[in-house]
Amino acid sequence: MVNPELWFEGVWWSGYALPTATIVMYILAIVIPVLISVAYLTYAERKVIGWMQLRKGPNVVGPFGLLQPFADGLKLFLKETIIPSGANAALFVCAPMLTFILSLIAWAVIPFDEGWVLADINVGILYLFAISSLGVYGIIIAGWASNSKYAFLGALRSAAQMVSYEVSMGFVIVSVLIIVGSLNLSAVVEAQRGLWFVVPMFPMFVIFFVSILAETNRAPFDLPEAEAELVSGYNVEYSAMTFALFFLGEYANMILMSAMATTLFLGGWLPPVDIAPFNLIPGVIWFGLKTALILFGFLWVRATFPRYRYDQLMRLGWKVFLPFSLFWVVATAGVLVAFDWLPD
Amino acid sequence: MIVEALAFYLFAAVAVACGVMVITSKNPVHSVLFLILAFFNAAGLFVIQGAEFLAMILVIVYVGAVAVLFLFVVMMLDVNFAELREGFAKYLPIGAAIGIVLLAELVLIGAGWVFGPDVAGVAASPTPALSEATNTEAIGRILYTKYVYLFQGAGMVLLVAMVGAIVLTLRQRSGVKRQNIAAQVARDAKAEVTVVKVPTGSGV
Repeated sequence: MVNPELWFEGVWWSGYALPTATIVMYILAIVIPVLISVAYLTYAERKVIGWMQLRKGPNVVGPFGLLQPFADGLKLFLKETIIPSGANAALFVCAPMLTFILSLIAWAVIPFDEGWVLADINVGILYLFAISSLGVYGIIIAGWASNSKYAFLGALRSAAQMVSYEVSMGFVIVSVLIIVGSLNLSAVVEAQRGLWFVVPMFPMFVIFFVSILAETNRAPFDLPEAEAELVSGYNVEYSAMTFALFFLGEYANMILMSAMATTLFLGGWLPPVDIAPFNLIPGVIWFGLKTALILFGFLWVRATFPRYRYDQLMRLGWKVFLPFSLFWVVATAGVLVAFDWLPD
Repeated sequence: MIVEALAFYLFAAVAVACGVMVITSKNPVHSVLFLILAFFNAAGLFVIQGAEFLAMILVIVYVGAVAVLFLFVVMMLDVNFAELREGFAKYLPIGAAIGIVLLAELVLIGAGWVFGPDVAGVAASPTPALSEATNTEAIGRILYTKYVYLFQGAGMVLLVAMVGAIVLTLRQRSGVKRQNIAAQVARDAKAEVTVVKVPTGSGV
């Protein structure tokens, strides 16, 4: 019997080598599926929008066009990276890296199944919220470092938009966690055994869904990259791998936000009903299915709605969502106190 | 323990280096970015101390919101950097004096903590031990019980500041076209659209 714990017995770094190796393995086990999901999300997006518009979508590279994302990736990889002469080179290169890293490190606290979480920290929700609020820096630094007015305008729009919608997202999270009584994401999922929060908190779920559309700069809130006015917004000066990192980061963020919505409202890894055919399926599959459902919502919205006007976007965030979610937090707290349902 | 110590020295060294870069870098945008990095490292130090709630709030509030607005403003500014540098020598004595006063106060607090038994008693927090409650609960317990009036007072001060800022910048402009969303949504195709039979050659 091979016991890996005895491999480095007696060596001074034995206490470090094995934990480091295990953590690296866990990280790879999370990051590689996420990156493959990102590749197939781009494929799914083109396919789904194609079907909705009565087109075929990508169908040439590989069977059913399944190799299309890899062909696109290879194309971006082989292109030349251009750094504009007027750009601030260091920040220009850092911005896409920042976007990409932030979209990956947040996965550390997502519970994929019971106990399947890399870092089960007791402020999991706050960690997710903190990382998602940092996402704006990649965009704003890219816009500024490009030294181009289109990129800068896109970055400013994006910064204002993300800061505005974060406020109502924060209140949605608060209303969920006063029901749960814990900031740990596994505890949030466990609290939904019996009744998913999407049922009693449906208006909050809708607000959260719309806010994550705005937070990830997706249609109908994709003003930062409004191709009609700003050519492509903050990433207009980027090419090859620097562009690819933005692209990957953006899609990984979409998946992350869907996973967050799944955890907060759709019961994470829990099956819809706790009876025989459903609870035999592993939790991670339920988690993936629910995340995919919300991602389909992202694509559906993109194929359906026209882009918001900027003043309407701000009005929706500050004058509709903010007062409503604030009211809902107070109402939730009131109901919990009135019926003595507060968690210990 | 070695890893913990290494992490502490890494975060502390980077935080101090960033602090120096904030005041020495030529470009104000770089200054703000270094400030953000300093906040971030301070959050790392909080985590090492076992205060993960404070760390996350620091990142969410300062890095995620306040510093974004800083960056926003600084990027829009059209300042002459050479002119800004000119006053450096003039303000150096005052700045140094403030720095020395702060340093002296820090040293006094540290010394009191070590040498005065009464001070140590004051410094010991009334919050429950880490083993009893998570730090989120500990902060909640003390903030909403013992210090609830101060907490509410701080909230009121911030509210007044916000109202003040809005009052100062609010301008009533005439001739602005506004859209009444309710009226817009309430429009009905039956009332708004009419089908007209247009005779050829004469128009409507």
